[in-house]
Amino acid sequence: MFGDYSIGDLGSIFVMQGFAGLILFSVYVLMALGLAIIFGQMGVINMAHGEFMILGAYVTWLTSSAFQHYLPALFPGYFFLAMVLAFMASGALGMLVEWGLIRHLYKRPLDTLLATWGLSLILQQTYRSVFGAREVGVELPQWMLGSKQITDTIEVPINGIFVMCLTVLITIVVAYVMYKSRWGRQVRAVVQNRIMAGAVGINTEKVDRYTFGLGCGIAGVAGSAFTMIGSTGPTSGQLYIVDTFLVVVFGGAASLIGTIASAFSISQTQSTLEFFMSGSMAKVLTLLAIVGILMLRPQGLFALKVRK
Amino acid sequence: MSDEIKRGLQSPLRRKLLMGAAALPAMALLPRLAFGAGPPTAAVNTTGLAVTDTEVTVGILHSATGTMAISETGSIQAEKLAIEQINAMGGVLGRKIKVIQEDGASDWPTFAEKAKKLLVNDKVASIMGCWTSASRKAVLPVMEQYNGMLYYPTFYEGLEQSKNVIYTGQEATQQILAGIDWITKEKNAKSFYFIGSDYIWPRTSNKIARKHIENFLKLKVVGEEYFPLGHTQFNSVINKLKLTKPDVIFTDVVGGSNVAFYKQLKAAGIDLAKQTLLTISVTEDEIDGIGGENIAGAYACMKYFQSLKNENNEKFVAAFKKMWGDKTVIGDVTQAAYLGPWLWKATVEKAGSFDVDKVAAASPGIEFKGAPEGYVRIHENHHLWSKTRVGKAKLDGQFDMVFETADLIQPDPFPKGYQ
Repeated sequence: MFGDYSIGDLGSIFVMQGFAGLILFSVYVLMALGLAIIFGQMGVINMAHGEFMILGAYVTWLTSSAFQHYLPALFPGYFFLAMVLAFMASGALGMLVEWGLIRHLYKRPLDTLLATWGLSLILQQTYRSVFGAREVGVELPQWMLGSKQITDTIEVPINGIFVMCLTVLITIVVAYVMYKSRWGRQVRAVVQNRIMAGAVGINTEKVDRYTFGLGCGIAGVAGSAFTMIGSTGPTSGQLYIVDTFLVVVFGGAASLIGTIASAFSISQTQSTLEFFMSGSMAKVLTLLAIVGILMLRPQGLFALKVRK
Repeated sequence: MSDEIKRGLQSPLRRKLLMGAAALPAMALLPRLAFGAGPPTAAVNTTGLAVTDTEVTVGILHSATGTMAISETGSIQAEKLAIEQINAMGGVLGRKIKVIQEDGASDWPTFAEKAKKLLVNDKVASIMGCWTSASRKAVLPVMEQYNGMLYYPTFYEGLEQSKNVIYTGQEATQQILAGIDWITKEKNAKSFYFIGSDYIWPRTSNKIARKHIENFLKLKVVGEEYFPLGHTQFNSVINKLKLTKPDVIFTDVVGGSNVAFYKQLKAAGIDLAKQTLLTISVTEDEIDGIGGENIAGAYACMKYFQSLKNENNEKFVAAFKKMWGDKTVIGDVTQAAYLGPWLWKATVEKAGSFDVDKVAAASPGIEFKGAPEGYVRIHENHHLWSKTRVGKAKLDGQFDMVFETADLIQPDPFPKGYQ
C-alpha cells in the first residue's frame, strides 16, 4: 500500500500515527484511572463507571451553556472550571453512592457488580428524563478546535494534546496521593486488612468514602475531557465501560503502573492495527491478543507479589 | 359540630357533585357527536381488530429508553403529531385514533414481544414503529404470523419486501445513487473512501455504492473501513484519509461513533470546506449532538431536510415545534415517521375497511399530497416513490438543499446488478 507515496509523505504519516497512538493511550489511561482506584484499590466492580463519566460530560455541557448565556466574555476559559465542577459533581455522587449502596457490600465484592450495574441503568434513565433522550452538543471554545500545524504535512489535533497533558497531570496527582501521601497509605492499609487498619486507628469508613469519591471524581473529569472527542448522551457511558475494564484487568488490577502499561500496549496495538486493516478487524485481533495473554498471565501484566 | 350544621355544609357540595354526575353522560356523548359518523363497525372490521363505532386503536412501537431513544424519540413525536392532526380532522372512517404506545427499549427481542402484545392482546389496526433494521427484522415474523400492518420510517438497506410492512423511508438505491452521481459530477470526483459502522445497513449500502462507483461510473474506491458500533477513536483512519487523499469521503457511521468521528475529523485539521464528504447517516437530529461547527460543509444525501421550502413543510415544521418545543429539530426519519399515520388513513379510506388484508391490497398507488417532503406515492413493492436530495450542512445545524432529483425515484429494494 505504500508503493505510490513519497518518503516525506510516509514520514509525516508515521509521526501523526505515533501521535494517534499516544492520544489513544492518554484516553485509555484517563478513563481507566478512576476505575483503577475503585476496582484496583477497593475491589469494587463499578459497572456505573461510564455513567459517572457522563455526569461529568453533562456538567461540562451545563457549564458551557451557562457561560454562553451569562459570561460570553469568559467562554474561552470555561473548560477548566467545567472540569473542576465535573470532578466535584461526580465525586459527590460517588460518595453518596458509597454511603447508600457500596459500603453494605464490601464483604460481597461480586454483588457490587450487580448493584452498580443496576445503578448504571438508573443513572442512564435519570439522564434521559432530565436532559432528554437526544445527545447534546457541547460547544468548545475556538482555541480548542482544529489542529496544530507542526510542519507542512504534520498536523496534530489540539484536543488530543489537551487530553495528553491532562492525563499526565492527573496521573502524577493520583500516583502522589496513592503512594506518597499519608492518606494513600491509609487506603492501602484498609484494602489489605480492614480490621487491622481499624484497630490501629484508621477511620476506615471515611477512607472508603473518600477513595470511592476520588475514583468517581476522576471519572467525571475524564467524561468532561471526552466531550471534546466523543458524544454526550444518556447512554454514552456505555461506549467506554468495556475498554475501561479491559485496561484495568489487563494491567493487573491493583497496580497503577500496570494500568499505564496496559493502556500503552492496548492503544499501540489497536492504533497500529487500525492503520493496516479495517477497524473491526483491528479490534478483534487486539481482543484476541489480550485474551491470549490473560490466559497465560491471569493476574494481568503487573501484579503484587503475594504469598498465596 | 352538630349533624345539622354538617349537613348544611355538605349539601351545596353534594348538589354540585350531583350536578357533575348528571353532566357526565352528556360529556361522554361529546365524542359521539364528533366521531362515530362513519360506516358501521361490522362492515369495516371483519377480523376482530380493536375498532368501535367511535374509536380505532393504533400502536406506536419505538425505543423510548435505551441507546436508540436518541434516534427514535423524533419518530414517536412525529407519529403523535400526525395522529393528533388526523383526529382533529375527524379521524379515520369517522373514528378517533387511540394510541397504545409500547417501548422497544432498544432491545430487539423486546420489540418482537411488544409487537405480539400489540397485535394479539390490543388488536391494533396498525403499528407505527421500529427504527433499526435489527428491530424490524425481529418484528417482521410477528407481523407476518399475526397479520399486522407496520409502517416503518427509517431509510434502510433494502433487500426486503413484505405484505405486512409499508416502508416510508428510502431503500438504499433510492437514497444513495442519485447523490453519488451528483457529487461525482459536481466535484469531478475520481476516488471514494468508505467509512461505516459495522452492521448490515452500512455494509449493504456501501456494497451498492461500490458497485455503482466501480461498474457504472468506472471510478475508484480507495478504501472501505468498518468500525464496531460505539467505537470512539478515529485518529488512525483519519491518518489513512490524509495519506490516500480521496476526492470524496463517503460515510455511514451511526450513533455515538458518529459524533466522535466528526469531532476528531475537525480536530485533525480536515476542513470539510475543502475535503468533500458525503454522508448518508447524518440528519438534523445527529447534528444536534455533533455540533454544527464540526460538520459544516459536509454533504448529506436524504429525501428530506427541515429547511425544505414548500408550503406543506412550513406547516409541518411549525406544528411540530408548537407541539414539541422550539428547539427540536426534524430529521429525515422523523418526517418519514410523520407519513405513516397519514398513508394508513388514506389507505383505510380507499379500502373502506380496517382489515389488514384489504389495507395491504389497497396500499399500492396510495398518494399523500400533504407530505412535508412533497408528493409521495406507495409502489407495488410497498416502498415509497420519493425524490432524493443533497444538502450541505451549515453552522446552525441545518442543511441547505443543493440538489434535488427532477422526478420521483422508483424504489428498488432488490436492485439487479448491485448484489
